[in-house]
This record gives sequence, structure tokens and C-alpha cells, in this order.
Amino acid sequence: MAEPATAGVAPAAPAAEPVLEVRDLVKHFPLTRGVLFRKQVGAVQAVDGVSFDLAPGETLGIVGESGCGKSTVAKMLVNLERPTSGVIRYKGEDITRLSGRALKAVRRNIQMVFQDPYTSLNPRMTVGDIIGEPYEIHPEVAPKGDRRRRVRELLDVVGLNPEYINRYPHQFSGGQRQRIGIARGLALQPEIIVADEPVSALDVSVQAQVINLMEKLQSEFGLSYLFIAHDLSIVRHISDRVGVMYLGRLAEIGSDEEIYDHPTHPYTQALLSAVPLPDPTARERRDRIILSGDVPSPANPPSGCRFRTRCWKARERCAVEVPELAVPEVFRGDGGPATHPSACHFAAERRTVPTATEPDEGE
Amino acid sequence: MLLEVRDLQVEFHTREGVARAVNGVTYSVAAGETLAVLGESGSGKSVTAQAIMGILDSPPGRISGGEVLFKGRDLLRLKEDQRRRIRGAEMAMIFQDALSSLNPVLTVGNQLGEMFIVHRGMNRGRARSEAVGLMDRVRIPAAKERVDDYPHQFSGGMRQRIMIAMALALEPDLIIADEPTTALDVTVQAQVMDLLAELRRELDMGLILITHDLGVVADVADRIAVMYAGRIVESAPVHDIYRAPAHPYTRGLLESIPRLDQKGRELYAIKGLPPNLLRIPPGCAFNPRCPMAQDICRTEVPPLFDAGEGRRSACFFWKETRDG
Repeated sequence: MAEPATAGVAPAAPAAEPVLEVRDLVKHFPLTRGVLFRKQVGAVQAVDGVSFDLAPGETLGIVGESGCGKSTVAKMLVNLERPTSGVIRYKGEDITRLSGRALKAVRRNIQMVFQDPYTSLNPRMTVGDIIGEPYEIHPEVAPKGDRRRRVRELLDVVGLNPEYINRYPHQFSGGQRQRIGIARGLALQPEIIVADEPVSALDVSVQAQVINLMEKLQSEFGLSYLFIAHDLSIVRHISDRVGVMYLGRLAEIGSDEEIYDHPTHPYTQALLSAVPLPDPTARERRDRIILSGDVPSPANPPSGCRFRTRCWKARERCAVEVPELAVPEVFRGDGGPATHPSACHFAAERRTVPTATEPDEGE
Repeated sequence: MLLEVRDLQVEFHTREGVARAVNGVTYSVAAGETLAVLGESGSGKSVTAQAIMGILDSPPGRISGGEVLFKGRDLLRLKEDQRRRIRGAEMAMIFQDALSSLNPVLTVGNQLGEMFIVHRGMNRGRARSEAVGLMDRVRIPAAKERVDDYPHQFSGGMRQRIMIAMALALEPDLIIADEPTTALDVTVQAQVMDLLAELRRELDMGLILITHDLGVVADVADRIAVMYAGRIVESAPVHDIYRAPAHPYTRGLLESIPRLDQKGRELYAIKGLPPNLLRIPPGCAFNPRCPMAQDICRTEVPPLFDAGEGRRSACFFWKETRDG
């Protein structure tokens, strides 16, 4: 993560001490052959050197297509996966090296909200038991006699009727279930919520309700969010900063304006250009980049820049030299919105999202 | 008119009662036209399509009324073997999930070629070369080498191309695509939608695109029909509906999606939930969630008002909504 050189360059770059610092995070899943004598024949490089900071009260959005490693990053942050290497510092302390009681204490402060509200809630438990379960593991947060009251409060906070405390998940709609998942995430009063595609299973009209709820809770409790999603519009809406992942690495990171209005990495540009806008007049105005081919296998990623096999700018250098995630040389000292980290040897600004039209424009 | 659906009604008989999935849907598609049918889960958009194609699971589903006029003939009155001859040859469907729609134990070439053997009476050899031609047409690289591969050997985007190839095999007049790109990543979605639009133009087919994605609709549709609780609540040319929606539900949907091109304020959220189809509210089905609802909306079912310029809206207050 580059230090902001001049004031105002990166408006949302963490000024305060970050709550979370991730450095060179790597997760390789071994590929093995043989049943009796297992031997490793390779590795799926799901995450391969990801670094970012998360400031208190900030929302960092992570976008990328399936298989880019964004969910694996999320799982490592909440300790559902052990990193192969790298550092995750929570308030200065490397949590990848913790175990036992110290780890448990840290985990209390980093909670997760899952994608699928249908499979992430135990169908045989009541809502009260689901939301109150974290207190079984961390009894110091709420004394036994006080738990029901807390759960009712949480239901109220997420906009559900506290009287529903004895109902089962199947008695709720998708949007309501996601509220239950959020209430469970809040139970231990964490500082950080890692949300992995929290609204992608929901209908459009219900998505907005959940997004608004998450924003309200953030300002109420001063939460930091790591918001992972493939929907680029939703990520822009909720995020202060956005990181774009491709095949296990961050391609570009910056404020929402820097990424969406001034992208410098070809992958970001192609990704943004592919999003269909809910505006038929944008058909003529758009600068569309249709990528050829598919994402390569993370078990056998291309050398050098991982995007080079689909990139129209790729040259020899891209195959031999891994581009580092830093402010590209051409933009150093520029101070404009293109001055943000981008992992491309040939970074250049290109806006691919059509500029918003004013309501009175056109007919 | 290529296809005219008139007052179609479909019910599902369940243990808890009769779910009225489609309650009088009326829409039409002309040759060469793309009609987007927009709706959330449970709105009846897919069930309508299944009824048109004649692939409704029955029981529990039952078409209880209406007509489906295809080139002037009411498909609902045809015998099953007559419909089978139309299916595939004259109208074809593309499904969301290519992996579960393709047969995993047959090669792609076999499945594509079968269309020609069954409908055109070709021999295996010729059917196979037709299959290769189709794969070329949907731009699958190295079609000749890949014709003997199985579906799982292709990526999601390539499988969706195979689905498109299969639908196009006999050059039908009408294609129904049910969420054809929902399972795909956005860059692959762009490839597939582009291909579909191009082939549709080339073959001058009518296309019914079923989707929940307001972006995809804006990108490719000529006209839109918005469905809610088994009814069309608004239909209009694509530009009009985005500029000035004439139904509060459409307006709510448009205002509830965040934008890519600017950072918005708080999102407008339609309150409440879509209705349970076993207990659709009396009057306008949207009335419990509608900010404009009046007494009349709770008692009377609004007809599809003619709002001029090819627009229709099932709202008593369509004028106020459109101008508001």
C-alpha cells in the first residue's frame, strides 16, 4: 500500500491507524495424486500475494470474478482458512501466529456475514439460538441471564420483530434471513465485519433494504467492512475504497472514484466496460472492451502478469516480470485521481463507464 | 405478430393450496424483436415461458386459461406430437444453467447433431459436420477438435455458447432465453449477450429475454414487460420505461439499484416483500408495498391501462406515476 504522498490524493486512504493490515497473503491449496501414497503434484494458487489496509469505520470493497480468490481472502481473515504465508495484523498483532485464547479474543472482533442466507443458518435452531450462539463461545460478552434480552435487541437493530425470537429460519424470507445472519455477526460487538457477497442471493427490491441496513449499522457502531462482491455497482455504492482482484492477486486499488472513473489497469477497464448499465441511452455512448477467452486455471497461472493472456496491451515484459501493485511511474507526482496503485507495466487511464447523464439531458 | 400470449393463467396445486403463478399475462413479440420480461423470483416470468414452450411440469402445474398464439395458431390446443415438432424447429429455449441442461454423458457433438437427425433426418456423418459448423458459428475455438468433448470439459461461458448453438440449430423463429447469463461472470456475460444479439439480428428471430437484471435489459431489449405476482404490471418501449416508468413497482426497482457511473445517496428500498402466491393480496397485488396506494387499490384489480405510445400500465395512477 503506497503512503499518500500529498494531501487529497487518496481521500479515503486510511489516515488513522488501520485496524487490519494484510501483507503478502498467500493461500495455495495442494493438488495431490494417489490414494495410499499421496504426493503433491501442484497447487491451486487461490491467493498469491495480496496486501491491503482497512481503516476504522471504513468500507473496503473487493471485486473480481469467480475464482479470483476474493472469498479465500475473506476466509483467511476470519480464520476459516490458514494462510500458506503472509501476515494479517489486527491492531498491530499478527493473528496468523496466534492460537488458543489469544486467537479467540481476536476472532471476536472480526465477524463474517455469509452469502447464502439459506445454507448459513442451521435449520434446526431457532433464531434466538442462532443469534445467541456466539455467546456460548464468548460468554464474557453477555452473562447467561442477559442473552435473550440481547438477542431481542439485535433483532430490533436489524429491523426484525423481536417477537420472532422462537421462529425457525424457514419461516423467514431470503432478505429476512440475511438480516438474521447480520444480527449474528453483530452479536459479539465486533469492529470488523467481513461480508462475502451478502446480497447477491437476494432479489433487487430486497437488496436495497439490506444494503441500507448495513450502512446504518456501520455508522451506528463504527464498524469497518470488508465487502466482497461481484456486483460492481453495489460495491461502488457501499465502499470508500475498492480493490480489484484477478486470479489471486490485486490488480488495482484506490478510492471509489479512482477505480471507477479513473481506472488505469486494463483488467479493471474491461471489467467496468462489461457491466450493462440500467440506461438504454448508454448503448451508444459506451466504450466496450470484450475480453477474449476465459480466466486461466489458478493451478497453472501465466508467468509474469496473470492478466497478460487476455490483455490487448501485453508485450514480452509482461510474461517475464510480475508487475507490482504500486502507483505506476507515469503517474507519480501527478497528484490526480489516476495516482493510485495499479499492477500494470503499461498503466494508462481509460474511462470505460459512460459519464452519467443529467436528468434533463437527451430528450 | 410472431407470438401473442393472451390472458394466460397457470396454477400450481400444492399441499398448502393453489398457487396462482400466472394470473392473466398478455404480451406479444414480433419477428426480429427483443422483448425483455423483467421480474423478481416468483413473479411468474419463467412459468410463462415454460407454458409457451409446452414444458411446464404438469402436475403440479396446470394451464387454466388463456391462449398462446404462435404464427396465428393456438399452441395450447395442439396435440403433444404437434407441439414437439414446433419445439426446437420453430421455437427454442436457452436455459440459465447450461451444465444441468446438457446431458453429461453425451458428447457435445452428439447432442448438437441429434437435432439434425431427429428433425431433419440426417445421417450421423452429416449431423456431425453440421454440429461443427454450429460450434464455429457460436465461436467456440477449435470446434473440429472439441466436437467430441463432453460438457464438463468446457468452461461456463463456452457451455452457454453450446446451449445457444443448440437453440439455433434449426434456425427457429422464436428464441426464449431464461436468464441466459445470470450464472456467468460479467466479462463472459458481455461476450455471450453480444453473440446472442448478433445471431438474433442475423437470423431475424424474435427473442424473449427473461431476466431480473435491469442493466442487461437496457442493453439489448426493444420492449420490456415487467411482471409482479404473476401479472404484467407495465409494458413499454425500452427508452420510455427507463426515462419515465408508469408503474410504482417499476419506478421502485429503477430507484433501488445502485449506479456504476456515480456515487449515490441512500438507496430507495421498496418496503416489504413480494407476496406469497397462495395469498395474493386483493386489489392490486403491489398495494401493500406501494407508496401511492389508495382505497381503490386495495379493492379493485387494476386493468392494463393504455398509456399511449405503445405503453401499458396496470396502475390506477399511472399518469401521476409517469409524470411524478
